[in-house]
Amino acid sequence: MTGSAVADLLLAVDGVTVDFDGFKALDNFSLTLQRGETRVVIGPNGAGKSTLCDTIIGRVRATDGRILFRGEDIGRLPEQQIVARGICRKFQAPGVLPNLSVADNLALAARRDRRWWKSFGFGIPVGERAMVEETLDLIGLADRRAVMAGLLAHGEKQWLEIGMVVATGAELLLLDEPTAGMGPAETSRTADLIRDLGADRAVLVIDHDMSFVDQLAASVTVMHQGRFLKQGSVAEVRADPEVAAVYLGHAA
Amino acid sequence: MDSLLFLTQLFNGVSVASLYLLAALGLALSFGLMRVINMAHGEMLMLGGYLAYLTLIVVPGPLAILIAIPVAFAGAALMGGVVQTALISRLAQRPLDTLLATWGVSLILQQAARDIFGAIGVEVRAPDWLGGGMAVGGVNLPSTRLFIIAVTIAVLAGIALLLKRSRIGLLVRAVNQDRMMAGAVGIDVRRVDLMVFCLGSGIAGLAGVVLALLGPVTPNVGQSYIIPAFLVVVMGGLGSLVGTTVAALILGLFSALAQIFVDVSMAQVLLLLFVILFLQARPQGVIAIRSRALDA
Amino acid sequence: MPDAAIAIPPRATERRLPGARLRRFVPWALLALAIAAPFLLSAYNLNLLARFMAMAILALGLVLIWGHGGILSLGQGVFFGLGGYAIAMHMKLADLPAGELPDFMVWSGRESLPFWWQPFASPAFTLAAILIVPALVAALFAWAVFHRRVGGTYFALITQALALAFATLLTSRQDVTGGFNGLTDFYSVFGFGLSRPAVAKGLYWVTLAILCLAFIGLRLLLASRFGMLLRAVRDGENRARFLGYSPTPFKVVAFAIAGLLAGVAGALFTLHAGVVAPALVGVVPSIEMVVWVAIGGRYSLAGAILGALAVNLARDGISSAMPELWLYLIGALFILVVTLLPNGLAGFARARFGGEGRA
Repeated sequence: MTGSAVADLLLAVDGVTVDFDGFKALDNFSLTLQRGETRVVIGPNGAGKSTLCDTIIGRVRATDGRILFRGEDIGRLPEQQIVARGICRKFQAPGVLPNLSVADNLALAARRDRRWWKSFGFGIPVGERAMVEETLDLIGLADRRAVMAGLLAHGEKQWLEIGMVVATGAELLLLDEPTAGMGPAETSRTADLIRDLGADRAVLVIDHDMSFVDQLAASVTVMHQGRFLKQGSVAEVRADPEVAAVYLGHAA
Repeated sequence: MDSLLFLTQLFNGVSVASLYLLAALGLALSFGLMRVINMAHGEMLMLGGYLAYLTLIVVPGPLAILIAIPVAFAGAALMGGVVQTALISRLAQRPLDTLLATWGVSLILQQAARDIFGAIGVEVRAPDWLGGGMAVGGVNLPSTRLFIIAVTIAVLAGIALLLKRSRIGLLVRAVNQDRMMAGAVGIDVRRVDLMVFCLGSGIAGLAGVVLALLGPVTPNVGQSYIIPAFLVVVMGGLGSLVGTTVAALILGLFSALAQIFVDVSMAQVLLLLFVILFLQARPQGVIAIRSRALDA
Repeated sequence: MPDAAIAIPPRATERRLPGARLRRFVPWALLALAIAAPFLLSAYNLNLLARFMAMAILALGLVLIWGHGGILSLGQGVFFGLGGYAIAMHMKLADLPAGELPDFMVWSGRESLPFWWQPFASPAFTLAAILIVPALVAALFAWAVFHRRVGGTYFALITQALALAFATLLTSRQDVTGGFNGLTDFYSVFGFGLSRPAVAKGLYWVTLAILCLAFIGLRLLLASRFGMLLRAVRDGENRARFLGYSPTPFKVVAFAIAGLLAGVAGALFTLHAGVVAPALVGVVPSIEMVVWVAIGGRYSLAGAILGALAVNLARDGISSAMPELWLYLIGALFILVVTLLPNGLAGFARARFGGEGRA
């Protein structure tokens, strides 16, 4: 049991500090994630949740500490290579490409060879079509494939971007506020989608919406001021006085 | 190396840097705030120069130049306000289109100056108290250039004070840091934009007055200073007065010292190369305020 | 000239015809007219048209980088100039008896040909230089700026500084560049006398063929995954980066292609105009190149060609008669097109009649 758990360890954030000119957005923060695990990171504004995602994908570089992906230190790799290793992120504001169709958005994500000199062909290569179709079905946008992504409804954009992240073939998905701006019905569909995704990948979700976190039924990590505060099930975290204090602003 | 020549060029470098800084300050302030560059900013210098010329016709006497300074400031600030209100504020979120539209303004203003004042240019005679110079250790320091440096220091101190101490400065800093948030807490962001734009244009107009002391005011006098001023903005980094000042000093000194070894045109090429090389080391500029906003 | 009148047909005719049939018909009619132009136009007007077509080749490159890449270059004149000076240097040398120096060098008191002039005596070297030097300079310049993630307004300002530096350098090196007057008085190119009417017609057709080739090539490029990625990088550089693409090469390659087209355009223009000078490649002409495309439509290849032809035609008509008016006009055009018609005439036409427009 322990042996297989170690073998399936995908991500280890190990004592990472990110220092923005004296302000510590992450302060000696650690976290591990196994394949098949979905983890929700919550915390008040400015707790360092987005910085955590930024640091894992290489948008922000850690001042101290290591980030291991399948045992390899990825802390100094260029962004594109981190993606190539199998990590992809959905941004907080939907980052779809507005002037490309839904299918083309996914096709760019599904592309295996992303070097520029391999880009002079036309259309979606045969080998990548299946991935695009599969993802279209997964996110429920198959009948919107030809629509320009910029014209999608807000919720659809969120799903499309989740689809793009999936289509890259990533094993670790970082989803930054996937339900921002969604109504209850859309939120619950998103929760279903993410539960499906988590089965054979690892998913790290950042969100505020506690009802959504309930639906995910995942374990929760609470952050505060760049530091680890608590970890446990939704119920445990909810009952924790320290967490309540942080959210109500009584923290020391 | 000839140390006298070196010292002379060092002094010239500081005075050139002062002009670059006066020309670039307004650009940098509004670029930090709105992420747009006004390509007609050079024409604010020109306008300041012509206003100095007109003031000296109307007001005789040795101190007329000191009256010309507020006149030029007000005139250019007004013109800047018009450009901002009528054009730039309508092109929000389209920084490249703003470049093009304001270039159109620049062409029109230059041609208007040509039609009104003629293509040759007008002379603004420096008053006698600025006629002489000072000799320090064998290096001759002309009074006009000392005057320019003094004006620049005064302007810089004034702006620093304004930004640090006044209520307007507080608003500017708030909008600078987070535009959306500032708007959300009830700051009239557009008014702050307009005030900063007028201030920046006014400084350029003021720079036009001191420029007029160095040579004739021509319709394209702004063009010769505006491109180095653009480079100062590129090199200075976002939203920092210190960064802009340091960048202006570096570029002014570089340009003057390069001219010890090469001619003016080659110095211009080297200046550009220097900026590109500098960006290899510090793409964010001399000083940049860290922003966590997703930029694309 | 008849071409411009046909380029933008009267609206009433457009409306009567079904959009799809019209769209198929108009480009071919224009092409047929363009091919037949040497038999329809006077030598003077044909020469003007040829110059404008050369400029249209440069405009196509701007559609690639500005419209689809979001990269505003205010320094395309530099690459235009590199191509122009390359062919001009060759023609200066080709017309010389062995061992003599070009006239302006003699007047400036030079005794020998600079080493970097010498290879331009060879036609093959010159052709290679026209194709390689502007593209290479563009690629190196763009790479140096983009790989440090400097872009947008910063890039535009740096390109303008480049145009200024280039023009100043050309002007100040009188003895090797011809200075302010540039290089002029050419008699032959690759053995063909430039004064012969048949040669003028031939050069016109060469220009037309290159324009068509560039048009087709860019159409394909923009439709390819490269074009898709270029637009992806334009609209969401970070999204593209975090899908695993490195944005820099796409921007650099696009900029190099635009530089190549500008270089070819400069060489062809110099052939037709018989002169290349700093005043044709500096800051002001560089930004005027952008206005052709702004008016034609930054996303549309066809729009850029029509914009280049129309603006230059207007400039030729107005600026010789009333130069002051032209500057007011072009300034006003900049302001109006950018604020009211950001997709240019092509965007306007598309909104009205359908067809090629925004990407």
